[in-house]
Amino acid sequence: MNAQPSQKPTQVPRPEFEVELIDATAIGDVERPLTITERLMNNEAVQRLTILVVLIVIWELYARWLNNGLLFPSFSETIKTFSKDIANGVLIDRTFTSLRTLAIGYALGLALAAVFTTFAVASTAGTRVLSTLTAMFNPLPAIALLPLALIWFGLGTPSLVFVIIHSVLWAVALNTLIGFRSVPETLRMSGRNVGLKGARYVGLILIPAAFPSILAGLKIGWAFAWRTLVAAELVFGVSARSGGIGWYIFEARNDLDTATVFSGLLAVILIGLVVESVIFRTIEARTVNLWGMQR
Amino acid sequence: MTSALLEVNGVTLQYKTPRHLVTATYRVDFSVHQGDRYVILGPSGCGKTTVLKAVGGFMPPVEGSIRINGRGIESPGPDRMMVFQEFEQLMPWKTVYQNVLFPMKVTKRFVATEAAARANAMIEKVGLTKFRDIYPHMLSGGMKMRVAIARAMAMEPDILLMDEPFAALDALTRRTMQQELLALWDQLRFTVLFVTHSIEEAIIIGSRILVLSPHPGRVRAELSADGLDHNSVGRPEFGILTDRIHTLLFGQTHHLHAQQDIRA
Repeated sequence: MNAQPSQKPTQVPRPEFEVELIDATAIGDVERPLTITERLMNNEAVQRLTILVVLIVIWELYARWLNNGLLFPSFSETIKTFSKDIANGVLIDRTFTSLRTLAIGYALGLALAAVFTTFAVASTAGTRVLSTLTAMFNPLPAIALLPLALIWFGLGTPSLVFVIIHSVLWAVALNTLIGFRSVPETLRMSGRNVGLKGARYVGLILIPAAFPSILAGLKIGWAFAWRTLVAAELVFGVSARSGGIGWYIFEARNDLDTATVFSGLLAVILIGLVVESVIFRTIEARTVNLWGMQR
Repeated sequence: MTSALLEVNGVTLQYKTPRHLVTATYRVDFSVHQGDRYVILGPSGCGKTTVLKAVGGFMPPVEGSIRINGRGIESPGPDRMMVFQEFEQLMPWKTVYQNVLFPMKVTKRFVATEAAARANAMIEKVGLTKFRDIYPHMLSGGMKMRVAIARAMAMEPDILLMDEPFAALDALTRRTMQQELLALWDQLRFTVLFVTHSIEEAIIIGSRILVLSPHPGRVRAELSADGLDHNSVGRPEFGILTDRIHTLLFGQTHHLHAQQDIRA
């Protein structure tokens, strides 16, 4: 810092130079298209599919080595049962029963979450109410409320809907509130600057600005709801006529039909995969990724 | 006598932080006339941004009055379009075109076809026609600022409020943007209230300069800076005005200040 000019190190003189360019033809074209194999290797879908295939191969090999269909049926056995139950409509029927209940519960949960967050953004008291309720109920497993739901609503869809609402509501409300709170002040002001107020302000500024958080809440809510539903159906599969996919698994277990249990689990997994990587992925690609709000 | 477009009379502004009640400005008076490039200049803590927010309608004065075209200001409104310093004032979920169109659409001030034509014309004026359908996250800082200016100008506000709009830009882009703003003013002759902490920017942009002193913000002077722009930066009158403002703000001349810096 205190170096005086006289104390500067003396520079060794370095010669300037010019050379002929070296021949670069050996490397090929400067910009060359990737080969099909290279492009396939970079594709996310291909990568995911490869992982699946590897898992299936491990499963098949292990099951054959174990050779005990009662404990651990092989992939081919599971697929056989799966396609049989798809073909005779049992599995499709059960899945639809589950999905219908899920849709009702999810929709009601979202509606309630909207009401709660509206109160929460409208006033500080509302924020306190929602954050306290969320802190209380979010860690409470929905399935723990099932006995209570059975007392209140009896066996059947209303009880299931109740526990699904519980599992969706808090996750979505919490994420939406966090999203609303993190909307930059400048963006809020530029919304109010053009005279936006009330519902239009929330709809045109806050919701799109908080969309990454809201979407995360929707995803978590979906996963919670789906899990809760299957588990709840396992607990009371008594009303057999309206049984869902959990009941399908439960029934098969009672018959010691492990391949069918596996095919039920496979259906649960497949639906999870489709919702996550088709529905939510598409929404993401068309919104938050396009807008540069999320990578 | 022409009556003023914006009249600020004895305005005291206060805001609360979690621990303090801060007085940002104390009994500030000024008036802005039609076609003015009115600059509020002052160091940080002089409440210049707070004044702009009050004119924008985001903050009611504790005492005094703010009137635009004779009406009192009660809430934010599109007759006073604001351009902020931060780039996040644009809506990331809308393209350049949709962003410029947005205020016209929500206020229904123009019919749809006219709004579309105005948006396109304004985008062309700020030179972003090629980027019309691009989302803001793909634009540079200067381009985002151009979109914000186009969005505000397309509304034809009574007065354009600009809060240190170029402060977050690099020096070269800032200079370009200042020139573009002046060129735009030459064409459209709008009224602008511009806040800055840079003496040089104030002289280049402004036709009138209001100098505020800090803690709390009070009026120190109102000066004319007509006819001074980038081309006059080296001229003596530019230097004289700079020194004069410097003296007003810091109570000593530029040279003395510089000498002190060296001694320190």
